[in-house]
Amino acid sequence: MNGAVQQKKHRRSRVIPGFGLTMGVTVSMLSVLILIPLCSILGKAFTLTPAEFFAVITKANVLKAFGTSILCSFIAAAVNVVFGLMLAWVLVRYSFPGRRILDGLIELPFAMPTAVAGITLSRMYSDQGFMGKFLLNFGIQGSYTRVGLTIALVFVGIPFVVRAVQPVLEGLDEQYEEAAEMLGASRIRTFFRVILPELTPALLAGFGLALARGIGEYGSVIYISGNSEKNGTQVVSYVIMQKLNAGNVDYEGAAAIALVLLVISFALLFIINLIQARAARRLG
Amino acid sequence: MLRITRKIIPVLLAALLLAALTACGGSGDSDVITITNVSYDPTRELYEAYNELFTAWYLEETGQEVEVIQSHGGSGSQARSVIEGADADVVTLALAHDITLIEQAGLIESGWIDELPENSSPYTSTIVLLVRAGNEKNIQDWDDLLADGVEIITPDPKSSGGACWNFLAAWYYAGQLYDGDEELQKEFMTALYSNVIVMDSGARGATTTFVENGQGDVLIAWENEALQTVSEYPGEYEIITPSVSILAEPSVAVVDENAADNGTAQVAYDYLEYLYSDEAQRLAGEYGYRPSDQDILAEYADTFDLTVTLCSIDDFGGWDQAYEDFFNDGAIFDEIYEAIE
Repeated sequence: MNGAVQQKKHRRSRVIPGFGLTMGVTVSMLSVLILIPLCSILGKAFTLTPAEFFAVITKANVLKAFGTSILCSFIAAAVNVVFGLMLAWVLVRYSFPGRRILDGLIELPFAMPTAVAGITLSRMYSDQGFMGKFLLNFGIQGSYTRVGLTIALVFVGIPFVVRAVQPVLEGLDEQYEEAAEMLGASRIRTFFRVILPELTPALLAGFGLALARGIGEYGSVIYISGNSEKNGTQVVSYVIMQKLNAGNVDYEGAAAIALVLLVISFALLFIINLIQARAARRLG
Repeated sequence: MLRITRKIIPVLLAALLLAALTACGGSGDSDVITITNVSYDPTRELYEAYNELFTAWYLEETGQEVEVIQSHGGSGSQARSVIEGADADVVTLALAHDITLIEQAGLIESGWIDELPENSSPYTSTIVLLVRAGNEKNIQDWDDLLADGVEIITPDPKSSGGACWNFLAAWYYAGQLYDGDEELQKEFMTALYSNVIVMDSGARGATTTFVENGQGDVLIAWENEALQTVSEYPGEYEIITPSVSILAEPSVAVVDENAADNGTAQVAYDYLEYLYSDEAQRLAGEYGYRPSDQDILAEYADTFDLTVTLCSIDDFGGWDQAYEDFFNDGAIFDEIYEAIE
C-alpha cells in the first residue's frame, strides 16, 4: 500500500486528481454552507437603520447577556486548558488498560446531542442531584446559576483543547526533558521552561476554539442556566432565540445580535491566532 | 490491491445508484397514499394512537391504504418549517395563530377555521397547577401562588408560547379579582412572578426542572401534560384546577397547496374530519385532551374538572393584540419583570 502511494508520487499524479475540480468543489461548498448564510445574516441585520441597530444591541438585557456569555466561556475555556492539558498528558505519556476507551470518550461531547447533555447536567448539578448536593456542602449552587452554566461550557469545550494538544505532545521528544534534567533543572522548571513553551501554540488554539464554541453555545446551557435576566444567566444565543419566538418574530433584531456575536468571535479568534503565531515564531 | 479496489469502486457505485433508483421507483408505484401530519410536541402519543385508528377505519371504509408520517416540534417552529417548504398535508398545531401564519404565506385558504366544527379544534386543553403529593403549601387557586415561600416553575413568556397562556390565565384571574383595575392586576402578577424560581425556555424544560430536578412547589402546566406526568409518576403529583383558567384550542387544517400538489386533498380532509368521530374523541380524552364533543367530555368528568371558568384568547383581542399588549419588548410583561424586587 505504502509502496504504491510512493510510486504514484514519482509519477507526479495526486491521489485526488484535478486541482480545478477540487478547488471548485471547495469554493462552492464554502459558499453554500458558510458564506451565503453569513451574508444573509449581514443583509438582514443591515435592513435596520444604524440607530435601530444600535438600540437593539445596547439594550440592557442584551449587553448583560454578552457579558455573561463572554465571561462564562472565558472561565470555561481557561479551566479546559488546565484539565485538557492534563488529560492529553495522561493519554500520551502513559499506557494503561482502557487508554483507548478513555481516548474515545473525549469526543463524546461532540457526538452527544447538546440538549441531552444539558438536561443530564442540569439534573446532576441541581440541589437534588448528587453533584449538586456535593457542591452545596461548600455553599455553591450548581444548576440555575452561572456556575452551572460554566460547567456545561466546560463539558462542550474539553475536546477542543485535548485534541489540539495531543498531537503536539506526541511529537514532543522526551529527550528534551531528559536533557533538562541532566542539566539540573527542577521538575517545575522543566515543565514551565521546556514543555509548556512547546505546547503554548496548541493550548492557545484549543482555548480559542473552546471559547468561540462557548460563546455561541445554545443546547447544553439552556436547561442548566435557568435563563434568568436578574441572575445574569441569560446567554446571547438565548436572547437571539427569544427574538425568534413565534408570534413575536423579530428576524432583524436577532440578526443584529447574531452579527455582533459573530464579530466578537472573529475578533477573539483573530487575537488568539496572532498570539499563537508569535508564540510559534519565537519557538522558531 | 490498489488496482483491484479501483476497479471495484465504479461497479459498486453503479450498483448503489441502481438500487437507489429502484427503491425510489418502488415506493412511487405502490397504491398506499402517504400523508404528512405536522404537529407539535405533546401530541406525539395521541397521534400515534389516532393514526392506527384512522388507517384501520379508512381501509375498511374505502379499501384505500393510508400511511401517516408524523412530525413533532415546538408549534411556532413547526409552522415556520411548513411556511419554508416542509411538505405537510395537514397541520395540527397548538394555536390557531400558528396556522394563520401559514395561511398568510398563501399555503392555506382563508376561512379554514370554519372548515371543520368547533373552530377547527377537535380537542381543547387548559392551564392547571401541578403540585407535589400532599400539596404542602396548600395551593388551591391562583392567589395561593403569591404566598411567601411558594416556589413556582413556569417558562419564560418571551421565549415560550405555552408560557404566554400561563401568564394570561393568571392575568384573567387577577382581572376578575380586582374588577379590571390594571394597576392592581400588575401588582398581582409582579408578586406572582417574584415567586418564580426558574424560568425555562420552554414547557418541556420547565417540566424537567419541576419533575426530574425536583425544583419548586408548583408547575404551571398544560392540563394534558399534567395528566401525563401524574399517570407516569403515580402518587407523586396532584393536579389543582384553578377556579379560572384559559381555554386553549389547538387547531387543525389541511394545507391546501401541498395537499393539491400531492393529490391528497380528500384523504387529508377525511383524516381531520375523523378526529370528530366518537372513537377519536374518546381517544383524545384518554390522552388528556378535552374532547370538543360535549357528551363525550361529560364521560370524562372524573379526569377533567368541568366547573372551571374558562376565558379565551378572544377576551384579549386575539393573539396579535395579546402579544402587542403583553409580550413584545417594553409591553406589560417587561414592566412586571422590571418591577420585581
